[in-house]
Parts: sequence; C-alpha cells; structure tokens
Amino acid sequence: MSDDAAGRARETVDAVYRSDSRRVLATLIRLLGDFDLAEEALHDAFAAALEQWSRDGVPAKPRAWLVSTGRFKAIDAIRRRARFDGSLTEIAERLESTPPPDPAALAEDIVDDRLRLIFLCCHPALPPDAQVALTLREVCGLTTEEIAHAFFTRPPTIAQRIVRAKTKIREAAIPYEIPERSALPERLGSVLHVVYLVFNEGYHASSGETLVRSDLSGEAIRLGRLLVELLPEPEAMGLLGLMLLHESRRAARTSPAGELILLADQDRSLWRREQIAEGSALVERALTMRRLGPYTLQAAIAAVHAEAPAAASTDWAQIVALYDILVRADPAPVVELNRAAAVAMRDGPLAGLTIIDAILARGDLGDYLHAHSARADLCRRLGRVAEARASYQRALSLTRQQPERRFLERRLREIDQM
Amino acid sequence: MKYLCLIYSDESQWPKLPQAETETMLKEYGAFGESIKASGHWVAGHRLHPTSSASTVRIRNGKLSTTDGPFAETKEQLGGFYMIEAKDLNEAIQIGSRIPGAKHGSIEVRPVWEVPAPVA
Repeated sequence: MSDDAAGRARETVDAVYRSDSRRVLATLIRLLGDFDLAEEALHDAFAAALEQWSRDGVPAKPRAWLVSTGRFKAIDAIRRRARFDGSLTEIAERLESTPPPDPAALAEDIVDDRLRLIFLCCHPALPPDAQVALTLREVCGLTTEEIAHAFFTRPPTIAQRIVRAKTKIREAAIPYEIPERSALPERLGSVLHVVYLVFNEGYHASSGETLVRSDLSGEAIRLGRLLVELLPEPEAMGLLGLMLLHESRRAARTSPAGELILLADQDRSLWRREQIAEGSALVERALTMRRLGPYTLQAAIAAVHAEAPAAASTDWAQIVALYDILVRADPAPVVELNRAAAVAMRDGPLAGLTIIDAILARGDLGDYLHAHSARADLCRRLGRVAEARASYQRALSLTRQQPERRFLERRLREIDQM
Repeated sequence: MKYLCLIYSDESQWPKLPQAETETMLKEYGAFGESIKASGHWVAGHRLHPTSSASTVRIRNGKLSTTDGPFAETKEQLGGFYMIEAKDLNEAIQIGSRIPGAKHGSIEVRPVWEVPAPVA
C-alpha cells in the first residue's frame, strides 16, 4: 500500500469523523442501550476504519459500516469483560440475539436517532446545567475542556455533571425515544430552552471581560438548524430565526474598544444581510403555521427592527402590537419591560415610564439591571435628572460585566453635564 | 421497571376542604386506582395517616431511640404512595401526572432499585 493511499484514507476518516461521528454515536446509543459503551464503540469503529479503509478502500456506505463495526466491537468488548463479570453475560447475549440493523432502514433511523439523542440530553428530569453540558458534549461533540472553558468552570465540574446525568438516565430509565405527540410541546420546550441558553451564554456572557463568546452562539445556531431539519415545528423555526437575527448584529453591538452599542446607535451597514434574510424567512414560515409561540413572536419583533433602514424609521406600532401578543403568550415581567420600552418609542417616554414604575411597584424586577437602566433612560429623556441618576446608579450596582459597567458610567457622566 | 410515586401535599389543608371537594377527590383517587389496575401498571398503593401519627426510629451506638413525628419537617408532607410498573421514566411520569394529587401537591417519582435475578 502506498503512503498516498494511507494519507487519503486518513483524510476520509477525519472528514467522516467531523461530519458523521455524532450521528453514528446517536445510533450506537440506541443499539447498545448505554452511553459509555456507545462512546467506546464509536472510537473502536473509527480506529478500525483507519486501518481497514487504507487497506481495502472506503466502503460504499461509511456511516452504516461504522455503525455495524461499532456494534460488533461493543459485543466483543462485553464478551471479554463478561469473563470477569458474570452480570455482563446477559447483556452480551441480549445484544447478540438482537438482529443487526437492516442497512436500508438505517438511513431513516439515523435521522430519528439524532432527535432521540437531543430529547434525551434535554430531558426535563435532568438538572438544567446538566442538560446544557450533556447536549454540548454528546450532540455537538465538544470536549469536556471546551465546555468548561466556555462556561468559565473547571473540566472536572463539567465531567461530574455529565457523569451524574448519565447515571440518572440509567437508574431512572429515561428512554431513548422521540416523545409522543401529547408530550411534545413540553419536551420540545425543554430542548429549545437549552439551545437558547447556549446561544445567550455565547451572546451575552453573564460575567467576565468579553461580552461575546461567539463559539457557543455558533454551536447553538448549528443545533437550531439541526432541530428545524429534523423536526420542523414552528417554535423551532422561530428560535432559529431569533438567533440568526440577533447574530446578524454581532459586529455592530460592540465598538472596536469593546464598548456596548445600543440597537438605536448601531451602524446598520454592519448588520449581516444574509443572516437577516434567512432569519426573516424562518419567521414568515413559522407565522404561516398559525401556532404562535414566544420564540416566533420575539423573532418577529427582531425582524421588524432588522427591516428598518435607520433607527428612526422603526415601525414601533407593529412592534408594540407584537409585544401585546407576546405578553399574552408569555406573561413574564421581562416581556412587559420590553413592551414598555417599545411603548415609550411609540407614545413617548412618559407612557413607557408609567408601565415600568407599575412593574417595579408590584415588586417585580427589582434586582433586574435592565429595568433600572431602562427607567433611567426614560427619566433622562424626560429631563428628570435626579431620578435618572438614581436609577443608573442602581443599575450600576447590579452589573457584573465590564462593558455594561463602562456603558452605565458613561451615561452617568453624560447626565451630570445636563 | 418499578417506580414509587410519592404523593406530597400540605396536609394541614386536608381538614379545611369542603365535604363535597373531599368526596370528589376520593372519587378521583378511586377512578385513578381502577384505571391503573385495569392497564396493568398497578403494583401497590395506599393513603397514609397524617404526619402527627408518625414515629421516627433510629439506632445509634446500639441504642434505640424513638421520637414523635416525621423524620423531617417539610412544607408538604408525604400523604400516600403508589408503586407502579412502567416501561421507562417517560411512562412513569405520564402515570404520575394523572395522580389526582399532582393538581395541588407534588408527585416524586423514584425508580426502584431492582436486584437482577441470580443466574441459574
């Protein structure tokens, strides 16, 4: 065999690993019924591919080859271990007596297996931080170190979360299946929540020096695309649209010096048109499906902003109308706050301030930075300098991010000159 | 798989329920019990007397101590349980969600530790 052939085989194996290792893993988990066994089988299968493909050429269906090789390797491994641990004999026998998967059905099963894996990793019976870690590890293929780095924590912490989650999956028998129709809204909600958490962690880092950790946002968008491809539900489209529309403004939301730039002050020529087009198209598609959910509505609002050539030409009436529906679909104080900001733009600062004060008077959002900075901004526009200063100071006391801190300090200096 | 569904609720509310509501609740429990017996999910199930009737027993340094009351004071108390047979956690959650107590209290679903049968 020439070195050339070996080199080409290695390149093919590497490429298949990048494009298909998660799919192969998802199917192996189903066939073997165990995460750790499936991961081991995956590595054994790729090791075997490296050896055999350079000798015999790349098989016609590499993915199916990897699945069946992985399955045999796992049975071998269990057989070997069963000699020392009798309790494994039963598992080995069960695996051997199950017929190998039919290659024709495999293509379809592989699609379902990816979805099964997503639903398993985002099962609401697992703690939320474990759902995030497990999804990034198993569905996206990030290493424990990469996940730990993205969440500013230590690899052993992430590893422990994943191990505990896998233990619960095994002990409580969380099944490897796509939820039935009646359970789908709750279960899909849990999946979308995880994807959006990952996106937001990348988009608004909750602490630290940098405002943006784009790798996580990119990973969330990839997940969102996968989900829309596998399960074209309106809210999955809405969420992907929302993430793309936010992402389109990434370059415009911070100055070269790392300062935060508000939507109204952003240089709109920096917005990425192709992401806006894709995001808006997804919103339109989701809207025609007539089941309006919070992600679709938020995406529709983001799309209205994206359509305005300048901040001054924003269609605030349409934005307020969308918020009116959103408040009904998702009656959260934060949504009411955002609606108040839109009302202020449509009807003037006093109208918005009245709503924010009512929310705060009710005892909601008292510790929420953006409630105080929004209030401060409206007071500033009304010329109520003392009130504006107090609210900026309250917001400043709640911030944990350097760019936000600098932004609020700049605003405080500005009103002192008013 | 067997799962134990533990029914927690604020037992102090029980005596305050109007007669009609208590009767409705008991009827709902009766219907639920019948339905999971008919579907083959039922293994066992009982309502418990309130925690005022509980005693907690411990042996420390070989000495028996018995105290009055439940082992921990909680806002919601264990008021009953079902042991069910379900194929996996999703089915157990689905059955647990149909327990009438889920509407006002909470149902804790716990897998039972099953000892594998000895290999003959």
